[in-house]
Amino acid sequence: MAGTRSALGRVRGLGSAKEGVQHWWAQRLTALALIPLTLWFVTGLIGVAGADYATARAWIAQPVSAVALLLLLAAGFHHGQLGLQVVIEDYVHHEGLRLTLIVLVKALAVLASAAAAFAVLRIALGS
Amino acid sequence: MSIAHRGTGVALSAGAVLLALWLIAAAGGPETFAAAQWLLGSWLGLLMLLGFSFALFYHLLNGIRHLFWDAGLGFDLKTSDASGLAVLGGSAALTVLAWAAGLTVLGAH
Repeated sequence: MAGTRSALGRVRGLGSAKEGVQHWWAQRLTALALIPLTLWFVTGLIGVAGADYATARAWIAQPVSAVALLLLLAAGFHHGQLGLQVVIEDYVHHEGLRLTLIVLVKALAVLASAAAAFAVLRIALGS
Repeated sequence: MSIAHRGTGVALSAGAVLLALWLIAAAGGPETFAAAQWLLGSWLGLLMLLGFSFALFYHLLNGIRHLFWDAGLGFDLKTSDASGLAVLGGSAALTVLAWAAGLTVLGAH
């Protein structure tokens, strides 16, 4: 989906619309995925409210829970960072600060989701 | 209401980081998990969870409303006003429902 922009313009997200159609699609697709995932997560979390460590851990370790949590983390952080990017682009007018914040947000999203996914895998695979 | 969609979205991003920390605490063993649970169970923690849960349900329902708009449905003012009210009412109802269920389970554990 190259469109009519220059390569540099595409990379830097320039142009009055700022966000490209890929961003729009990713936002909608992750949103769709997050509907069943968050509903599952909320009901699951309610089920382990106040439960002891062993019970909570066992819930996370169940194959369905672990996979759903991994998907929730991936879709959730991706959706969130796309949304935060839009907010930053709308309210931060200084170009250098805007780019820095966007990169920081993306980095934090990757870091948090990777660390959390690792935690889920540790629990599910048994250490 | 679109500013609320953004606001709840930003709040949920912070909540996502806390979720990541909770999972990391769970993987870290019983002591770290107990510390995380203690923090969440404090009055400040519970207040935060209440806020997050309302933000979640609001953003979820309003998000679905947005998806309908993306499909070109429900744009007229009358429908969008009605769906907006439905989102607010639904968010409040789901929050109450979720907390009632959670507190019941908490009592049973």
